[in-house]
Amino acid sequence: MNEIAPSPGGHVKEGTITMDAGEMRCDANPSSPTAPDPSCVVRAPIGLLAELTHRCPLQCPYCSNPLELEKVNVELSTEDWQKVMRQAAQLGILQVHLSGGEPTARRDLEEIVKTAAESGLYTNLITAAVLLKRERLEKLKECGLDHVQISIQDVDTQAENADRIAGYKGGSAKKKEVAGWVRELGMPLTINAPIHRHNIHSVEAIINYAVELGAGRVEIAHVQYYAWALKNRSSLMPTRDAFMAAARLVERKREELKGIIVIDAVVPDYYAKYPKPCMGGWGKGIINITPSGRVLPCHAAESITHLEFDNVRDKPLADIWLNGDAFQKYRGTSWMKEPCRTCPRREIDYGGCRCQAFALTGDAANTDPACSLSPLHEEWAKVADVESHQSPPAFVYRRPGGATPKPAAEKTPVSSDA
Amino acid sequence: MGEPTPRQRTVIVSDSKPVMPPYIKMRYDAGRNRWIILAPERLFDPDPIAVEVLKLCDGARTVGDIAAHLSNEYNAPVQDIEVDIIAMLQDLSDKGVVKA
Ligand code: SF4
Ligand code: SF4
Repeated sequence: MNEIAPSPGGHVKEGTITMDAGEMRCDANPSSPTAPDPSCVVRAPIGLLAELTHRCPLQCPYCSNPLELEKVNVELSTEDWQKVMRQAAQLGILQVHLSGGEPTARRDLEEIVKTAAESGLYTNLITAAVLLKRERLEKLKECGLDHVQISIQDVDTQAENADRIAGYKGGSAKKKEVAGWVRELGMPLTINAPIHRHNIHSVEAIINYAVELGAGRVEIAHVQYYAWALKNRSSLMPTRDAFMAAARLVERKREELKGIIVIDAVVPDYYAKYPKPCMGGWGKGIINITPSGRVLPCHAAESITHLEFDNVRDKPLADIWLNGDAFQKYRGTSWMKEPCRTCPRREIDYGGCRCQAFALTGDAANTDPACSLSPLHEEWAKVADVESHQSPPAFVYRRPGGATPKPAAEKTPVSSDA
Repeated sequence: MGEPTPRQRTVIVSDSKPVMPPYIKMRYDAGRNRWIILAPERLFDPDPIAVEVLKLCDGARTVGDIAAHLSNEYNAPVQDIEVDIIAMLQDLSDKGVVKA
């Protein structure tokens, strides 16, 4: 995600949803019985990523949902989500990203959007679009939906490739149709394109396609290798050369299309020198809520096995944000070890990704191996180089149980974590 | 039908009539005690001058009108103000925050 960039004229500073909330102190939720510590300098969050469901008709092999997908019977109710939206607005959250899985798989999406909008939240729908009907989109707009983001796998002239990646026949054409409706209804459109080995050659075409679709923004989002993407890393990782070529192209297109479309790019950290500030800093600006109501500092945080997560069913959101164990654990910089602890970049990237540090070093407080200062960096970066030059294995498609594709009869349910 | 797809960069000049489209929301954030602009996947942090300019951007007034108005109010040379706000509005137009 971008950082705040100064603008010419200097009158308007820009940030993404990770924008620093300034000097404000969080004193939200005065009615909570567990009033926040008055010395608390925790800032109010800016953005809420609401994973309304893990259900999705697509099967993208880079999906950021956990390998263990939550089932429909544990999902929060309409009233639960409405309560979350009101609490989020009270807490100071400005934007809500209605995501999933596929958020339109929930039949009560309209009611959730309505409550969010009425509470003053800016509402983004993050959708694969294939389930949407025009009437429903109109309804959602009436309910106060502000913005639609549609993810694509490739351009329309490469529909076969796109549909193969998503594991969904006819998806590419359907997305194009829905994008048209979004524009016809006068709503702003973002095209999000996760980039990997199977479409990195299409980056320029994808940007042009986004312009053709009338998008105001396009995200060239190199896949982040967690969850399903990590499982499929050897199929998805592009070569360094391909990545560098794509990066140069994005720069050129930004100049060429200035004032026509905004191009945002997410860089894969295997090819970066320093890590990204995960979520703009742990517990700093973003809250992620899973379909069952678990409140996470980042969507992958459940992979850190010793963390305990609160649930919106049990506690007010403000209390969880301010005092929840999972949020407090890696907030700020005091938990850091060397080399992060004394590094001048510690307040820039916050030591990178805690989940990646945990997965690769066994301790989430270690430096993310994506950082060139990590002792593990070289070994880790080599993996990308090697895998990207081998012929890609078949995808492990994202579907319930897909991560462990064993016939049920072969399972031996003896160990407690089986 | 909605607005047509912009194929060309909008260049802000004295005669432009800027306006924020309905999906760009500028509002006062009481909790943080400041104005904010909400846009798709973006937040903008306008300073008091930007807030004043944007409040005057109603799609009817021209940039020239706005500069004249502010020149009166602040007793500053209209030329300087116009140059300043054209730079600001051009930047915001490039980011899709303002249409003209
Ligand atoms: S990444 Fe693909 S599979 Fe995962 S939620 Fe999005 S559309 Fe569905
Ligand atoms: S050592 Fe830590 S703080 Fe410094 S750049 Fe690397 S990850 Fe960031």
